[in-house]
Amino acid sequence: MVPLFVLIPFFSIIILNLFPKKLMQHLSFVWLGFLSLAQVYLVAARPVWFWDTKLELWNLLFSFRYSVDVITLVMLLCIGIVVFISLLASRAMISDVHQRVNFKNLLLVSLIGMNATVLVTDVFSLYVFIEITAVSSYIMIAMNKDRLGLEGAFKYLILSAIATVMMLVAISLLLLLTGNTSFEAVGAGLAGAGNSLFVRVSIGLFLCGLFIKSGLVPFHGWLPDAYSAAPAPASILLAGIVTKVSGVYVLMRLAISVFGLTPSVQALLMFIGAVSIIIGAVAALTQTDFKRMLAYSSISQIGYIILGVGCGTKLALIGAVFHLFNHAIFKSLLFVNAASVEKELGTTDMDKMGGLTQRMPVTGITSVIGLLSTAGIPPLSGFWSKFIIIIALWQAGNFGYAAFALLASIITLAYFLSMQRKVFFGKLRSGLENIKESSMGLIVSQAVLAIITLVVGLIFPLVISWR
Amino acid sequence: MALNLILLVLLLVAGIWTVLTTRLVRSVVGLALVSAVVSILIFRLNSPLAAAFELSVCAGLISVIFVTTISFTQRLTAERLEERRKERLGKYWYLPVILIIFGILLVVFKPKLDFPLPQVPSEQDTRNIIWHMRHVDLLGQILIILAGVFGVVILFKEPKK
Amino acid sequence: MNLAGAQTFWYFYIAIMLLFVMGAYYIIASFNLIRVLIGLELLIKAVTLLSILTGYLTHNEGLAQALVITLIVIEVVIMVVAGGIVVCIYRNNKSLDTRKLKELKG
Repeated sequence: MVPLFVLIPFFSIIILNLFPKKLMQHLSFVWLGFLSLAQVYLVAARPVWFWDTKLELWNLLFSFRYSVDVITLVMLLCIGIVVFISLLASRAMISDVHQRVNFKNLLLVSLIGMNATVLVTDVFSLYVFIEITAVSSYIMIAMNKDRLGLEGAFKYLILSAIATVMMLVAISLLLLLTGNTSFEAVGAGLAGAGNSLFVRVSIGLFLCGLFIKSGLVPFHGWLPDAYSAAPAPASILLAGIVTKVSGVYVLMRLAISVFGLTPSVQALLMFIGAVSIIIGAVAALTQTDFKRMLAYSSISQIGYIILGVGCGTKLALIGAVFHLFNHAIFKSLLFVNAASVEKELGTTDMDKMGGLTQRMPVTGITSVIGLLSTAGIPPLSGFWSKFIIIIALWQAGNFGYAAFALLASIITLAYFLSMQRKVFFGKLRSGLENIKESSMGLIVSQAVLAIITLVVGLIFPLVISWR
Repeated sequence: MALNLILLVLLLVAGIWTVLTTRLVRSVVGLALVSAVVSILIFRLNSPLAAAFELSVCAGLISVIFVTTISFTQRLTAERLEERRKERLGKYWYLPVILIIFGILLVVFKPKLDFPLPQVPSEQDTRNIIWHMRHVDLLGQILIILAGVFGVVILFKEPKK
Repeated sequence: MNLAGAQTFWYFYIAIMLLFVMGAYYIIASFNLIRVLIGLELLIKAVTLLSILTGYLTHNEGLAQALVITLIVIEVVIMVVAGGIVVCIYRNNKSLDTRKLKELKG
């Protein structure tokens, strides 16, 4: 019954839009919440009746070839959680009825796009669903039609269209080399095609397109703009999961099960990862805008994941997937923090903040958890995944990269501490005396995400052995 | 083959005209021309269905989209246009030079076609492939059209005064 | 690859590459948002032709056509959304010049 991850949301878009808008607003909130939580439950508990039943009758009408492994499951779990959080945030942050309805429609489209991206087993279908997710995020970013949002959306659109052109050229060349587009056929065909120039060009172009999609240095230009300009619920979704699915996940999937981790691919991935870690961290140090700083730190964290994938040993891959999960959780947590600060203060400029913990205790405390987890402080979840990646790098003999990753996490700690001091701790800035804690939806989502970060960190041996 | 060559040259000429022309509308016409030539080439490469799609959708619909977008935005006055033309001359004369250099490089450094032709699937009817083997892509098409509809609803609506 | 196939490939290959150069040049050199989109279209045209060419050379026209049809549908939707964003930018700024979009910097 796995195709239902895609099909139920698909039919619910059509059915929900038949209702009048006033009713649909509440109905779609409940239904989307149910869908995302059901997805989390189905992945976390893995009931046999769901995963092992085949839809015989349905398959005659609609055949959906899919494959499920640990990476897919982790991604499905993250998608469920982040979509739920983004839904709660949209309730709190968007006041206009029409905009709310529009946002929920786009959220559903994006949910389907991401679920399908992680399930399909065909290079071209991957492109199709990446593009669906991307189109819904362009519209989400531009939704408020303010100047910044439109600019961010246009930049994102152009760069990601260039990325998809690169991916399409690669797909055409793969078609020339292997005659088909399914993962198996492409993998087998590439193994038979030797080391022709065309093989190298197609793999290189595909990876390059995915680097743009995941916002790695030197292709990161669009990412801070899009993240910081998007409306808050959209930026939670984008930073939390969209770039991870359409960039990092696809890169992992292709590198592991299609192209194979050849030494040159490994070297490329590790180099790009390391450059992203350091440039992202240094750029984050200099930012004065809360969301932009988080965006740069996101680039740096994605660098760790790519470094892990590039290392390629089993331990490193476990670390990379674990860090992907952790990053989805704590980055959404931090963006929810940013959203609640933005909602109460009306700005994300860090120079205008100070001592907010006194007025917004939940936001302040959960943000500390998120930040420390990002910086890799034990016993929070972010520590373990970074630790595993560094250990794996050391074991594989990449001492330079291991030391480098360790060093960069100190810079991470530095910029987060300086930000903490500016925004949440210290003396309450004058003019902020009347600030209240933000609305219930945001408080709940912050608390949930912070608890996940804490608990996963504390019981991490169980999490690692989860299959 | 001779006809293909003529069409390819026509394609390049239309492309260059698209890039170099001053008026925005003419650039769109140039794009439509490129599309039309591409669709004839696609037809000559044994792919009639895709050619029909390319001709109707890309040469037709996309030009309509561009013209609509242009009509929503400003027109330049005559003197501004003249000014723009001079400005563009300075910027675009590089293009033919780059194209010639690049073309010579491409002819000189031909990559070797040193791989065997692959085994292809036995099913070769496009309609069968779409309707029996690529259901997922069909679902994707419906979904992206839905996304486009939401986009039009959100973006083209006049802002409240 | 046999000789006739290789010949066809070379002619098309050169034309497609030159089309890519034109599209990329247009995107980089022009300051008008609509022109940037037209440059993008040139790139997509080149990719379309490349896919069909690979299908023709490997006698795999069926699959290549199926892919290209999907690609065309997606291309149209992207252009519609991009057009919408451009119109909104124009309403905000009264200009289509990318040099005026300097608020956000990488």
